[in-house]
Amino acid sequence: MSFHAPRLRWSRGRREATDADVHLLMRLREGDEDAFVTLVSKHHDPMLRLARTFVHSHAVAEEVVQDTWVGVLRGIDRFEGRSSLRTWLLAILVNRARTAGTREARSIAASDSDSFVAAVDASRFDSSGAWSSPPEQWVEDLEDRIGARALREQILAALVDMPERQRAVVMLRDVDGLRSEEVCQVLDLSAANERVLLHRGRSRLRQALEDTVEAVGA
Amino acid sequence: MRLLQPAEIPCQEVVELISDYLEGALPARERRRLEHHLAGCPHCSAYLAQMRETLRLTGRLVPEDLSPEMQREFADVYRRWRAES
Repeated sequence: MSFHAPRLRWSRGRREATDADVHLLMRLREGDEDAFVTLVSKHHDPMLRLARTFVHSHAVAEEVVQDTWVGVLRGIDRFEGRSSLRTWLLAILVNRARTAGTREARSIAASDSDSFVAAVDASRFDSSGAWSSPPEQWVEDLEDRIGARALREQILAALVDMPERQRAVVMLRDVDGLRSEEVCQVLDLSAANERVLLHRGRSRLRQALEDTVEAVGA
Repeated sequence: MRLLQPAEIPCQEVVELISDYLEGALPARERRRLEHHLAGCPHCSAYLAQMRETLRLTGRLVPEDLSPEMQREFADVYRRWRAES
């Protein structure tokens, strides 16, 4: 399967609170077009990335996102504020993306969590389970050694290589900053399942950074 | 009287618990066993630091802005909705 690298850049700080969304929602109900475009701009990329974990083609994913917004506008009075607007949007998107994915004869692979993949290769431990090839200290000078741009590219590449469900969970939790309950709600996962997928995905990302450090240091 | 020491967890098991630990999802007893191990194991502490750094860097990825063309498309979606409602 091909997955286009997500269009992501670095930020210096975290995203703003979601109260702003509710304000935008009120304005768009009153007919403010700019409020709608601002709201779309804010959520478009996470929505598109999430859609791409359910459907093959970028064009279909864009249709799913657009269709979701049409559905959101038509159902705007049904938003009761019990979940955050973002969770509500993403849950609608997942429903539509699943339908589109089924039409594309593809559904998100359920096998991601079926087979156990160790966070760290077993060859790095001795028979007692203690490190025989322990991790090196590279956290302090990582950005100086590798450079911010190369690090970002490594993380994106590792995300692209990840099984779909792991990628969906890691992106929602660690890139988009949803709480784990929200991730469960959006993807219809149990808490235990969400944590397994998150753990596997994060372990892959850490391994990718370690591999990069080793490649540069070699 | 000697205080009971928590049973040791092997490093290989620690790395499988790190994400749950960072998520605050470990039961109290297991968290204490893990923290006891981390306090005496520089390798697993280094691993934890690497995982924290990985999350920090991943959290710095943010979406690109919507292109003007897409903004226009969505403005059209909005206008159609206003016209029909």
